Amino acid sequence: MALDNDLVKRFKARFGDKIREAWTDRKQAILVVDRESLSEIAVYCRDDESFDYLVDLTAVDWPKREKRFDVVLNLYSFKKNERLRLKAYAGEGESCPSVTGVWSTANWLEREAYDMFGIVFEGHPGLKRILLPDEWQGHPLRKDYDILTQDTAWVRENLGIESGQ
Amino acid sequence: MADTRISGFPGAEQTVLGADEIIINMGPQHPSTHGVLRVKLRLDGERIVDSECIIGYLHRGVEKIAEHRSYQQFGPYVDRMDYVAAVSNGLGYCEAVEKLLGAEAPMRAKVVRTILTELQRISSHLLWLGTHAIDIGALTPLFYCLREREEILKIFEKYCGARLTTHAFRIGGLQYDTYDGFEQEVKRFCLDFVHRVDEYEQLLTENRIWIARTKGVGVLTAADAIDMGATGPVLRGSGVKWDIRKAMPYAAYDKYDFEIPIGKNGDTYDRYVVRMQEMRQSNRICLQAIEDIPAGPIMGKVGKVLKPPVGEVYHSIEAPKGELGYYIVSDGTTQPYRVRIRPPSFINLEALDKMIKGHLVADVVAIIGTLDIVLGEVDR
Repeated sequence: MALDNDLVKRFKARFGDKIREAWTDRKQAILVVDRESLSEIAVYCRDDESFDYLVDLTAVDWPKREKRFDVVLNLYSFKKNERLRLKAYAGEGESCPSVTGVWSTANWLEREAYDMFGIVFEGHPGLKRILLPDEWQGHPLRKDYDILTQDTAWVRENLGIESGQ
Repeated sequence: MADTRISGFPGAEQTVLGADEIIINMGPQHPSTHGVLRVKLRLDGERIVDSECIIGYLHRGVEKIAEHRSYQQFGPYVDRMDYVAAVSNGLGYCEAVEKLLGAEAPMRAKVVRTILTELQRISSHLLWLGTHAIDIGALTPLFYCLREREEILKIFEKYCGARLTTHAFRIGGLQYDTYDGFEQEVKRFCLDFVHRVDEYEQLLTENRIWIARTKGVGVLTAADAIDMGATGPVLRGSGVKWDIRKAMPYAAYDKYDFEIPIGKNGDTYDRYVVRMQEMRQSNRICLQAIEDIPAGPIMGKVGKVLKPPVGEVYHSIEAPKGELGYYIVSDGTTQPYRVRIRPPSFINLEALDKMIKGHLVADVVAIIGTLDIVLGEVDR
């Protein structure tokens, strides 16, 4: 359902067409924003709209779409007791601005999104894998990474076994 | 001359060590890291100059598995994240899927869920207290805590047959109704437990060694806690009065009276006090809920085959460790398109580097304990 409340109006007045779409799903507000302006919009969310707590940052892969990744930020405002979800679309090989300067939490969350999807966050202070070994090849939460896939060379070399399956 | 340059700290390809500095690996096999956590410490004498957490030793790809199971089949997997609070994980997952479906569990199921989840919170806090105290050198509380935790696990076992990975709830309600004597047993436990918390407090709250080891250790200010995304007792210990059970009530929490305990200084001692008070409050919720479990069905109207409409939902609960959230995307099929789990332990652990800087090695043990992490949830 399209969303057009005061919050969206304020966002649109400030950022114009950098706010691409706005809708609600299961009564939860979702804003799609321009990827390049993500960190600028994040600062506005934190300082002017009091969404001071970054709950979660993650991604969703839609390989058939032109821009395959959704970068999803779940925000919460202690003052308003309200949640807001920001989304930005990123294509294969496109980097997304880091929000580590806005919320410190984003550090590990962006590393995880990089680890699992291969999305590069520009401006991140030390972007490297977090859950998988540093030398691992491939990004497991991509849809084209089959559930039985593994980095066989890594497993053989480091674990000394033929297969981890 | 030996090369003193070591690689691996964030922001620098190679770190040049000072004359008195050494690098120590704590973990992954170390009893006080509560699992397979590895912390790389750069020390000047016994003081921590810099540190880095290395995680992922227990990574099982839970989120990937979810995309290849039906909604019901994935239920048991969530128990294996925070395996000392499996009931809470299950509650969050079931409610998130119910929200996605637009279904609701009947009132009786909600009340039973609330009681079991609060018992689980007590048992999780008891395990935290026992291990945290033993890490710092107080041996006795562990025996006391495990004694009461056992009572709770026995209630779970009688209810659903399992003690740890319970899979107690189902999407839409409950699989099992309460057993005969459930109310009496929970009530007997709760009436007794109030005095037990007094006992633990007698051992620790005014204990000089305990105070010396915890006061002023690992201070996290309220502003830092919010910036770092810390939740649960870690956030409340820093003085932020926020609890999802009050802010956005779920299950049957809006029916019961309880307080949100908070700390003042954001140190290890305050987080200890907050968790002790939380156990009392959970006990209070159980006592209120057990008095009046409404009659009626335990399973709501959800089909045998779950096909949530296309769309997405984020739902979170106040797990014993903090905000446990599920972000589920549905493409209209029987399997979720994406399940993202927002793990409280993972994000609370992120604050560790900041909290241990300048402290002694022995304090690292206290601070890891006070964060109350479970590596099964950190690594998923």
